Amino acid sequence: MMGRIEPIVMPKWGLAMTEGTVVGWEAGEGDRVDQGQDILEIETTKITNVFEAPAGGTLRRQVVHEGDTVPVGALLGVLADDEVSDEEIDSFVSGFVVEADDGEAAGEGAPEPRKAEAGGRTLRYLEMGAGEGTPVLLVHGFGADLNAWMFVQPTLAEGRRTVALDLPGHGGSQKDVGAGTPESMADTLSAFMDEVGLERAHVVAHSLGGAVALALASAKPDRVSGLTLIAPAGLGDEINHEFITGFIEAGRRKEMKPVLGLLVADPSLVSRDMIEDVLKAKRIDGAEEALRTVAAANFAGGRQAVLLRDALAGLSCPVEIAWGEADRILPASHAEGLPEAVRVRRMADVGHMPHMEAAGEVTRLILAGLE
Amino acid sequence: MAKKSYRQAINDAIRQEMLADPRVVVMGEDNAGGIEAPGEDDAWGGVLGVTKGLMPEFGRERVLDTPISESAFIGAAAGAAATGLRPVAELMFVDFMGVCFDQIFNQAGKFRYMFGGKAVTPLVVRTMYGAGFRAASQHSQCLYPIFTHVPGLKVVLPSSPYEAKGLMIQAIRDDDPVIFLEHKVMYDDEEDVPDESYTIPFGEANLTREGDDVTVVAFGRMVGLANAAADALEKDGISCTVVDPRTTSPLDTDTILECVEETGRLVIVDEASPRCNMATDISALVAQEAFGALKAPVRMVSPPHTPVPFAPELEDAYIPSQAKIETAIRGVMAH
Repeated sequence: MMGRIEPIVMPKWGLAMTEGTVVGWEAGEGDRVDQGQDILEIETTKITNVFEAPAGGTLRRQVVHEGDTVPVGALLGVLADDEVSDEEIDSFVSGFVVEADDGEAAGEGAPEPRKAEAGGRTLRYLEMGAGEGTPVLLVHGFGADLNAWMFVQPTLAEGRRTVALDLPGHGGSQKDVGAGTPESMADTLSAFMDEVGLERAHVVAHSLGGAVALALASAKPDRVSGLTLIAPAGLGDEINHEFITGFIEAGRRKEMKPVLGLLVADPSLVSRDMIEDVLKAKRIDGAEEALRTVAAANFAGGRQAVLLRDALAGLSCPVEIAWGEADRILPASHAEGLPEAVRVRRMADVGHMPHMEAAGEVTRLILAGLE
Repeated sequence: MAKKSYRQAINDAIRQEMLADPRVVVMGEDNAGGIEAPGEDDAWGGVLGVTKGLMPEFGRERVLDTPISESAFIGAAAGAAATGLRPVAELMFVDFMGVCFDQIFNQAGKFRYMFGGKAVTPLVVRTMYGAGFRAASQHSQCLYPIFTHVPGLKVVLPSSPYEAKGLMIQAIRDDDPVIFLEHKVMYDDEEDVPDESYTIPFGEANLTREGDDVTVVAFGRMVGLANAAADALEKDGISCTVVDPRTTSPLDTDTILECVEETGRLVIVDEASPRCNMATDISALVAQEAFGALKAPVRMVSPPHTPVPFAPELEDAYIPSQAKIETAIRGVMAH
């Protein structure tokens, strides 16, 4: 449960975020809110998303108002029980000091991505958090990078080590992808775990990353304590061919926008900056060729080449699967007919990016899976 | 990914292409200067140090010092390009183009056409432009509209360090002559620039802001000022799309027209002299192709039709400023 007074502070969504703008409050002063309830909408240069109450209680004070822009860590509002006096709230607000981002260094505060050599390749990764909790390894999907976990990783990092990496050919990692199959990338993944000293981890993986995680858990069961798979590849043969080829071919903003719109239930979420970030990643020498190799190895002719249902059935670690009902890349029907032990959470009105579209729910699912 | 200056970004681009392709050579005044000088064998790297470090790394065979004779070395670069090298030649200040324009527009710009498409001329001419450097009227002009006027040349105006690196690598890999204009006031601007090589295609505008009310088309250094004006006006409820065409030739007319169709209002910010510049060119384009979408007359923010003044107060008053851009945007909103 919450302390007597619980601050609501500007979150840090992604490496580049230094400030955010309050688009609007969804709860008024004096309203009772539950933990996890949407309480306000925040806009950054990259994205607009809802922010969930970090605890339950009464929203006693809105410190930052609609349209105001404040730095990461600034006090946005105050949650407290009703018996806390207004004077106490006032003194809490006036005495609030913006904390440096948790972690690595004072000053700049935010953890920076690093590079590691694994399986003959240089891979970029972002590490956050420490503690006794089961370490978490985050593996993104086709065409994405470690920033895919911007809404999820900071919360997971409270109490445990979390490592998000860029798969070969993606983000800041080397563009050589080898065979580009889930098996070959799983080999790279286990070499990476050796390199960064992750003996065993709970693997959270999305889409193509899900197939890589399944291949890893199957080949090296001792390295994986559990899996949370988000709309994973490898559980059926359908895939949206239009998305895969469109993503590879699109070199212009105008071509990329509708392609990225396929990823989410609400295409208006696709901002100018998201498109530009994707194009920036694709402009790097070798990036497009890497995507072509991975697509040819996994999704040739618009069908998934690698099916991992048997691998999933053979696993002994706990597995949870989350899938958006409105997924237009991999159909949610792939979550049907799975082994009894696999827990499946289907999410209404969510597309292929539950970890961005419904980040709070996905984070809670992962945390539940860790217990 | 580290922060790099506009200067470092361009140096990075040339260096990575020199490593990747032995045909890439650099030439210009003081590019390898410092010969016979005491101490470490290094060069000035051009007048503002953009090519510094290339001579010690690649040697005098690939980083050539030239006499102060633009007609000679720009001609030599065009010939070298036609015969198989990929030269990056530095025409120190764009103001000096007058003495070597025959080599650029009668020679380099014509080879592909006059030889039936069989000749390629992968030449990059780097040159500094722009006011604000207290360098008086012979070292402060923009002049890119003159290159834009000549068929057969590609003309690039990078607006930030990220843009500069990707556009320079594209320029070096391009098989046509490219005039690459570097704003001398921007050399110390910094932003995140990838360490890897990457290219930004020519003829594709970037939208640096996206809004509903006004389209602002800005070039080179003016993009940053237009962004600042757009951010300031956002607080007053005026939302702007800012278009950075990146290249004036080829020009992404589709994006400009689409944005004007969406917003119905257009402001063009061009640091070049106001007669026959990019602002007049785009005004004509929009008048012909999107007249029906306009809710207000087009406004242009350009300097007055005079040489760039030397007196600092006058130079500052001459250059388009954020305040002038905001006034123009408010002006089209008043309709």
